[in-house]
Amino acid sequence: MADLRNNFVGIKSPNPFWLASAPPTDKAYNVIRAFKAGWGGVVWKTLGEEGPPVVNVNGPRYGAIWGADRRLLGLNNIELITDRDLQTNLREMKQVKMDWPDRALIASIMVPCEEASWKAILPLVEETGADGIELNFGCPHGMSERGMGAAVGQVPEYIEMVVRWCKQYTRMPVITKLTPNITDIRKPARAAHAGGTDAVSLINTINSITGVDLDSFAPMPTIDGKGSHGGYCGPAVKPIAMNMVAEIARDPETHGLPISGIGGITTWRDAAEFMALGAGNVQVCTAAMTYGFKIVQEMIAGLENWMDEKGHRSLDDIIGRATPNVTDWQYLNLNYVAKARIDQDACIKCGRCHIACEDTSHQAITSMVNGERHFEVIEAECVGCNLCVNVCPVENCITMEPLAAGVMDQRTGKPVSPIYANWTTHPNNPMAKVAAE
Amino acid sequence: MPEGQFKEGIVGGRLQAEQYADNFSDLHPPLDQHEALVESDRCYFCYDAPCMNACPTSIDIPLFIRQISTGNPIGSAKTIFDQNILGGMCARVCPTETLCEEVCVREVAEGKPVQIGRLQRYATDVAMAENKQFYQRPEPTGKTVAVVGAGPAGLAAAHRLARHGHDVTILEARPKAGGLNEYGIAAYKSVDNFAQAEVDYVTAIGGIDIQNGKALGRDYQLSDLIRNYDAVFLGMGLGGVNALRADGEDAAGVTNAVEFIAELRQAGDLAALPVGRRVVVIGGGMTAIDAAVQSKLLGAEEVTICYRRGQEHMNASGFEQDLAAANGVTIRHWLQPKRVITDAGQVSGIELEYTALKGDKLAGTGETLTLVADQVFKAIGQSFVPAALNGSEASIELEAGRIKVDGEGRTSLAKVWAGGDCIFGGDDLTVSAVAQGRDAAESIHRSLTQG
Repeated sequence: MADLRNNFVGIKSPNPFWLASAPPTDKAYNVIRAFKAGWGGVVWKTLGEEGPPVVNVNGPRYGAIWGADRRLLGLNNIELITDRDLQTNLREMKQVKMDWPDRALIASIMVPCEEASWKAILPLVEETGADGIELNFGCPHGMSERGMGAAVGQVPEYIEMVVRWCKQYTRMPVITKLTPNITDIRKPARAAHAGGTDAVSLINTINSITGVDLDSFAPMPTIDGKGSHGGYCGPAVKPIAMNMVAEIARDPETHGLPISGIGGITTWRDAAEFMALGAGNVQVCTAAMTYGFKIVQEMIAGLENWMDEKGHRSLDDIIGRATPNVTDWQYLNLNYVAKARIDQDACIKCGRCHIACEDTSHQAITSMVNGERHFEVIEAECVGCNLCVNVCPVENCITMEPLAAGVMDQRTGKPVSPIYANWTTHPNNPMAKVAAE
Repeated sequence: MPEGQFKEGIVGGRLQAEQYADNFSDLHPPLDQHEALVESDRCYFCYDAPCMNACPTSIDIPLFIRQISTGNPIGSAKTIFDQNILGGMCARVCPTETLCEEVCVREVAEGKPVQIGRLQRYATDVAMAENKQFYQRPEPTGKTVAVVGAGPAGLAAAHRLARHGHDVTILEARPKAGGLNEYGIAAYKSVDNFAQAEVDYVTAIGGIDIQNGKALGRDYQLSDLIRNYDAVFLGMGLGGVNALRADGEDAAGVTNAVEFIAELRQAGDLAALPVGRRVVVIGGGMTAIDAAVQSKLLGAEEVTICYRRGQEHMNASGFEQDLAAANGVTIRHWLQPKRVITDAGQVSGIELEYTALKGDKLAGTGETLTLVADQVFKAIGQSFVPAALNGSEASIELEAGRIKVDGEGRTSLAKVWAGGDCIFGGDDLTVSAVAQGRDAAESIHRSLTQG
């Protein structure tokens, strides 16, 4: 039986599934329900400074986009950090940690970018018995206008500075949560690393407008006729998040820096993918907000079953396994040739592969053969682009089949070369490195 | 217990008064907006979609469903009406299970097609509820066209001709327009007087004058029309009912199923409509099913359909057969009527003979069966009555007893087109009649404008 126990920068939890700092972790009531459902840990919703708490809008706080059957694909929020009093949060955190000692409890913190502010709050958090802290340098709305959240996360020097303060004033492990609203995720990660962070977590939410009300001409969510960009999350952001995780995992400067993966994780498979790219554990929010806490049971069982099936005994067997396979485009093997193949028994003859290829790609799929509605790949035209696979409604009906070395590629009229060759040495590349004579 | 429940003979009042409304309520209740959105999401927007090719009127089904899914039911309705101005009725009565839905790729993949018919009804209902008219009559051309019959073919032809600016006069023998939509379809498929609402919707374009109570061959002759109008469209349907060719079929209690259905559709009070306690329906098509199911819904205790061939030969679709079975109708195969048994001139039973195929030929086996019955419905098909065409100066060419037309609906007579059930080569479907009426109208328009 696979062992799902997680040790993330010394913080132990029975499984790698944490709830991210967000509305689901705003108070003891929710967190206890989450622990009862089986979550391995929570990052408590972000604490602010002592004093009057922040306020939230009283109109809609969320916007969304949907797929077929109104399946929620992307969620956006303009909620701020906790709007509850600091002492109430600390008291509840302490009690919950006492009652649930085997679960991870992390405090997310966002205070002004001043040393005194961080110095003041850290001992208070430490006193709760929290297992660690997460620095919220990510929230893109509201708090960033006040010089916090993403406003810090977008300036690597500030990140490094604040991380240093935290490492100086607390013994708790420090996780630095990064904003994706930057051009190169490696820069803030390197800064956090330089400041001595124990780990990074990413991604926080992405600046977004989810829709426009076409009667009032106002962005959504709309508060009294106006809207403000919110933070985007949910399944739609997963590809963006995974790329950023992989970028940090394979960057020589940050390679080995523990990463808590966040961004649209909904199923065990999503979690496994993040971990394969280098995440030491994962944090979940939108999936819980969509379906409730019970989904963790599917995640635990699914990950366990897959690991058992594949013979992975512990999480260390899978974490970072895909990282070495993430490379730059220039190193991809240009001699590799694949062709689409349509399984005629599985094909339901919707014709979407044909029209996608015909209208927008390479005219490589038939629609009629001998007067019959029939969809098959014309190998002499197929460039192996995979679009047909992606638009086919039947899973595994169309597959990309690699051509073995030596087999004739009907498109180029040349046999497939067995030799790995990439752009760096390609004759069409004016910058090609010429192999030494 | 209602008084008439087990009364012998053909009587009304077999059910509790409130049961009638229940029994004759909408067979497929309309989809609400949520249901329509969920269902429209299932459509794959196929390329060269099989559903569209299976539709006799070639409605762009993937497009109209996509328009529903994007919150544009009005645009969706226009997509439907562009091809089929009677899209509302077709949504209700089309045997979709043998047309668009049969070839839906989700039927192939999952055995659960997208519910195209119900989505079509959703979109057309939205547009008709708003009385949204998509077509404006252009300046009148001054050309006049006579249309014989206000059924689906005639209405479709009239609307398309009106869209082209021609003045249309529809001559309809019955008191109401609609043809089989009004008189010939089971009541639970067209509730709330939909057929008349649709006639009003179609004729709202203007330039269409419907004259009721005008029968061809009785009140006017084809030659009059040819003389007085620039073109003529014949869409009078089928006036005759095939005989059982069994002894005693003239007995009281032996009724044409089409007449029973028409009477039921026009009945103000279903409780007053008499039906037998034990009903036998002879036939294997939609009319047989409609008569049998409605007999059962009126409270007949036993209803049996007898069909002379096997289940696989029945013209009624699998869905219709299941509908009959679900309503408690017994369908028996390989039985042909031999003799109607009477008691004092009134039906008391029917003697049937078993049949079998000998090679390709159907023949009686000699073995017989007698069913007790106080009412027998004939539903073995209708026939074209060419006598109405007599009196024209030149006679129209027929083929296998129906009017012969070319690919555009032109008959052998100049200036005369035909469509719907009265032509040879049709399939007796409302939707096909609409397609034929529409296409004949286009042909007439070409002829009138290029002439």
